[in-house]
Formats: sequence, C-alpha cells, structure tokens
Amino acid sequence: MVEQSIYPTDMEMVITASQVDFFYGPTQALFDISLLIPAKHVTALIGPSGCGKSTFLRCLNRMNDTIPHSRVEGTITINQKDIYAPGTDVVELRKEVGMVFQKSNPFPKSIFDNVAYGPRIHGEKDPKRLAEIVEQSLQQAAIWDEVKDRLHANAMGLSGGQQQRLCIARALAVGPKILLMDEPASALDPKSTMRIEDLIGELRTNYTIVIVTHNMQQAARVSDYTAFFYEGGLIECDATPKIFTNPRQKQTEDYITGRFG
Amino acid sequence: MPKHMQHDIEKLKAKIIAMGEAVEDRVYQATLSVINRDPVKANAVIKGDREIDDMEVEIEEDCLKILALYQPVAIDLRFIVAVLKINSDLERIGDLAVNIAERGLFLAGQDQFKIPFDLTAMVALAEKMVTESIDALINHDVRLAHHIRAADDTMDAMNREMYAQIKEMLITDAEQVNTLMHVLSVGRHLERIADHATNIAEDVIYLVDAQIIRHTPELYDE
Repeated sequence: MVEQSIYPTDMEMVITASQVDFFYGPTQALFDISLLIPAKHVTALIGPSGCGKSTFLRCLNRMNDTIPHSRVEGTITINQKDIYAPGTDVVELRKEVGMVFQKSNPFPKSIFDNVAYGPRIHGEKDPKRLAEIVEQSLQQAAIWDEVKDRLHANAMGLSGGQQQRLCIARALAVGPKILLMDEPASALDPKSTMRIEDLIGELRTNYTIVIVTHNMQQAARVSDYTAFFYEGGLIECDATPKIFTNPRQKQTEDYITGRFG
Repeated sequence: MPKHMQHDIEKLKAKIIAMGEAVEDRVYQATLSVINRDPVKANAVIKGDREIDDMEVEIEEDCLKILALYQPVAIDLRFIVAVLKINSDLERIGDLAVNIAERGLFLAGQDQFKIPFDLTAMVALAEKMVTESIDALINHDVRLAHHIRAADDTMDAMNREMYAQIKEMLITDAEQVNTLMHVLSVGRHLERIADHATNIAEDVIYLVDAQIIRHTPELYDE
C-alpha cells in the first residue's frame, strides 16, 4: 500500500514505487515495496545491514541493471514516467537521478575535469559554459572556496571530506533533479560529516534527496521523512520527528532504540 | 539498546521511584503533623527537605548525562523527558509538604480548635493521588493516570467548599483569624499537591502513549 496519508495533500511526489520486488538471481531482496518520495525534501532510508535499503536506492536509477541475473518487478515512476518501461534511456535517467557513494571516487584527473566530465560526455564543448558549470557546481557543493585557486590540481590530493564534496559537485554538474546518496558520510570524520550534513540541508531547497544511512542520528538530523526497512520489507515511513519520538510500528521502535539490529 | 544506556536508565528509574516514595512519605508526615498537632513531626519534614532537593539535582544530572551520551529516541527519549518533568513535580510536592509542616508547627502552638471542614478527606485524596501517580509511573498504567486526572476535579471541588466555609467562619468568629488563615493555607497546599500529582499522571500518559494531553480536560476518559 502506498502511504500517501503521511504527506500533506498538496505535496508533490517525484518518485513513486509500487509493489516493488527485487531478486538477485533466486534470492529475493525486496518484497512488495510501495513508497512515495516527495519533491525537494530529504528522505532517509534506514535499517540493519541486508535489509534492502541500498538495493532499493539503486533501483531508483537502475544501478542494479549491471548486476547479472538481477530482476525488478513492480513499478517505479519518476515524474510520472515508468523508469523500467522498455525503451527507457538509462543514461538520461542517470542524468536526472545523480548518485553519491559511500567511498568518494574522484577520477584521477584535475578537480576541474572531474566536474566537467559529465557535461562533456553529454555534449557540452563551450569552454566558457563548462567553466560556469564547474564553478556553479563547486559552489553548490560548498567546496568552491577551498579549491578555486587550484582547479587544475589533481583531485586525488584533496582530503576525504573534500573528495566527497567534489563527488557531489560532479553529480550536480549534469543538472539532476534527484540525488541518491548511499552512506555519503560514513567514511568521514565528524567535521567533514557535519559539512556534508549541512550541504544536504542546503541542497534540499532545489533537489529531491534520498539518503541511505546507518547512522540513525544522521537520519534524524538531515531528513524530513524516514523509511525503515527490515528483511527486504518496508516496515514504516513517516515524518522524521514522528519516527524518532513515536514510531507506529514496534519493529521500528526496537530498531531505532537499539533493541535489535 | 546499548547495555550502558540500559543500565543507566534502570538506575534512573530506581531513583525516581525512590524519590516518589520519599515525597509521598513527606506529605503523609506533614499532614499528620497538622491533624495531630505534632511539632516534632513537623520539624522532621522541614529539616528533611534538603534530602529531596539533593535527589532532584542528582536525577536531573543523570537525565542530562543520558541525553548527552546516548541521544535516546522514541520510548527511551520519552522516558527521560517524563522523568525530568516528574522530577520537578516531585520536588515541588516536597516543598509543599514543608509548607504544610510549617502550618502544622504554628497550629500546634495554638489552642485546640475544630477544623471547620473535612480536612482529613482532602488529606486522604491528596495522598492517594500522589501514591497513585507514582504507581502509574512504575507500572506505565495509563488507565490509573486518567483516574488521577479525574480525581483532581474532586479535589478542586473540596478546595472551593473549604474556602466558602472558612470565609463564613471568618465572618462569624473573627478571633480565630490567624488559625483559620493557616488552615486555609493547608487546604491550598493540598490542592496544589493534587495538581502536581495530575501533572505526573499526564507525563505518564505522554510516556506511554506519546500523547500530550495537558490543557485538554475533555480527555479525562480514555
């Protein structure tokens, strides 16, 4: 059942998952997931390891397509378009739905080239326009001031926290509407984590963000809505303050209070 | 739940229950000092308040420590918030017991007189409400908590009745003015104690049902 009732009636929904099942070969990893993701809000997916939260996240931009013998059933629409419909342009989809991973993965190129990479492969050749996109993306990712004087230095020389923000800038450079983040701060120190969390707070004005996190306090701090996954099922999704003060499901309460999981 | 937090929460629970029982006893001793005109009991209650104050500070520090170290959520968070509030209410009840004991001390030095209304009934109800509020906390008993809210109406009615009777006596027996004013105080303190017991009951309802029902008298019944 799609839990429409927890959202204000006039809220725009960007992603609609209904009755989604996912299989890794014979193993079913997601069971009948129905979830709405509202526009320009942060939705956190939480749950113990192996609960299916990352699998679900990767269904949203078809990152799972690359896994042999995997299969999706059910429907996922983004802006009313079925993303698993035959003929869907996956490259276009991933332009619309950017992704940031747990481990920052800059290309062994300059800072500038990292950010310009996406726009270039999508056909942008004008150096002036590329420079604008790079600056704007780095600004949005709150790293411009730290790198503006060394845009042509190798990105591998940045700190872990800076690399992660560079990867966010790289994701933003192709103009996505949606950002998927898979544990974006779990490999960072507390200060860099705080910068990423602040950044998420700023980005939510313009982007729809779905974040997978093991850190429940992080989910509480950064998200507007929290969905709790357990053993491949969606147990509960609700406004984050509600989940962390008075969840409806006992399993959610047991998990967030550390009684299991 | 992390073992350390579980351990600290169990310790906190034991402390708030111990404080509840101590305060309950203070109210009982203070009212006895009035009814039996017993200055020794009255003095014991007055002197013992320091102990309640120390308990309050210790419990508050424990709550702050748990919040800072473990960032509890859901039922654990509601428990800490409820304990913080109940802690203040218990400390206030302790202060009111001292106030009653001070009236007791004064009245013990006066000539024997007839208390012009059913003070023992008020005392019994106030004590029952305090005892039950602690029971409701211990057993997470929402039903009992709702009963306590309802009992507060009875207490308010008794308080109004006492007020009317004392007013009448002040007119007919003006010589008793000092004594009567002190008796009036005792009644008012008992009524305040009942209010604090009601607050505790409401915090128990919040703890269990996560529902804030203060300022909603229509929710007396579940």
